[in-house]
Amino acid sequence: MSSLIFSPEYLQRRSFIELNARDRAKALFDSETGRELAGPFDRIESPWLAMQGVTPQADDGCIVMRGRIGGQHAVVIAFNGSFQGGGIGEVSGAKLSAALDLACRDSENGKPTSAVLLLETGGVRLQEANLGLAAVAEIISSIVALRRYAPVISVIAGPVGCFGGMSLAAGVSSYIVMTPEGRLGLNGPEVIEEESGVEEFDASNRALIWSIYGGQQRYNQGLVDVLVDDDTDQMIKTVRDLITKGVPPINRSEQVDLYRSRIAALDPSTQWAPGKLSWSAASLARPIGRNQEAATDK
Amino acid sequence: MEQIELNYSAKRKISKNAHVGVVGSGDLEVLLEPKDADTASVRIRTSVDGFKDNWKAVLDRFFSQYDGAVHIEINDAGATPGAVYLRLQQAVEASES
Repeated sequence: MSSLIFSPEYLQRRSFIELNARDRAKALFDSETGRELAGPFDRIESPWLAMQGVTPQADDGCIVMRGRIGGQHAVVIAFNGSFQGGGIGEVSGAKLSAALDLACRDSENGKPTSAVLLLETGGVRLQEANLGLAAVAEIISSIVALRRYAPVISVIAGPVGCFGGMSLAAGVSSYIVMTPEGRLGLNGPEVIEEESGVEEFDASNRALIWSIYGGQQRYNQGLVDVLVDDDTDQMIKTVRDLITKGVPPINRSEQVDLYRSRIAALDPSTQWAPGKLSWSAASLARPIGRNQEAATDK
Repeated sequence: MEQIELNYSAKRKISKNAHVGVVGSGDLEVLLEPKDADTASVRIRTSVDGFKDNWKAVLDRFFSQYDGAVHIEINDAGATPGAVYLRLQQAVEASES
């Protein structure tokens, strides 16, 4: 482990996770083409937080940037996991779904515009619960509308991860990219511990948590398309390659029979070790290897 | 949450906005904008009530060194005075780079 962490390559990499949300978004665009929409000086902030004694943030923790990636039109929406755990409120949710809807409108008008979601979010922000839930529903329908024309890529890079309703949004996107540090799940570990007790699930046991929700495990389960190291250059290349690849022949969320058959094959009377819950790439309807070969052929 | 407003005199015109920081635990967000006047104004919103004297002391010291005609908005989530001062310096650096 120490030889990996102290290797020159590891130390010299440009970490993607250590960038703040705005710099992550900016990094993905072709040289300086990204420009921010509805930025902090437009002050579109949550009207609900101050009423509850919570300090709002000028951009509501959601950064929208438009520009070109690999020469193609793209919009990047980045959540700031440090503000309210990246939670979706009325404003941040509206920024995300409006950006997707504009990308969809441009795509329909002959200007295909991909979307990249940088998700660091615990899901709906509890201070705006009903509006946040409505926002998640809008986000999901906006993703489903856009993904017919241009790829919607969800990137889950940092340890905040992607939980709650936003894990469903990630699930309907065209591609999911994760790092081993990222986490993806519906109910977060703290929520399960709170509900069912520490004997059932110990949210402080990092090895256990990452063995279930972590990027490597989600990749082994075939729920993630690309697993990348925490490296900005690799992340840029991965996102570019997926945009070049375009709309997948079949979306993950359309493969209902495949995922149902996997669940049906599991015996719920036994306790499954996370390591046993993996499926080889060959069992996937759209194996990663084949699509990557197809992309290089073009 | 408490809102605090402070005013200072200023001499120098500033040309560029700056936005630094995040409203995360122990941190704060600073928005710095040029102002058409020879004054500077500050609006603070903080999640921790009852520290108006500390805020005034930090901003008094900051404006004893800085003479830009700016409007500053601070959204705070419990940052220490040291962290506040560093974020203010970072905002000035970003606006003058």
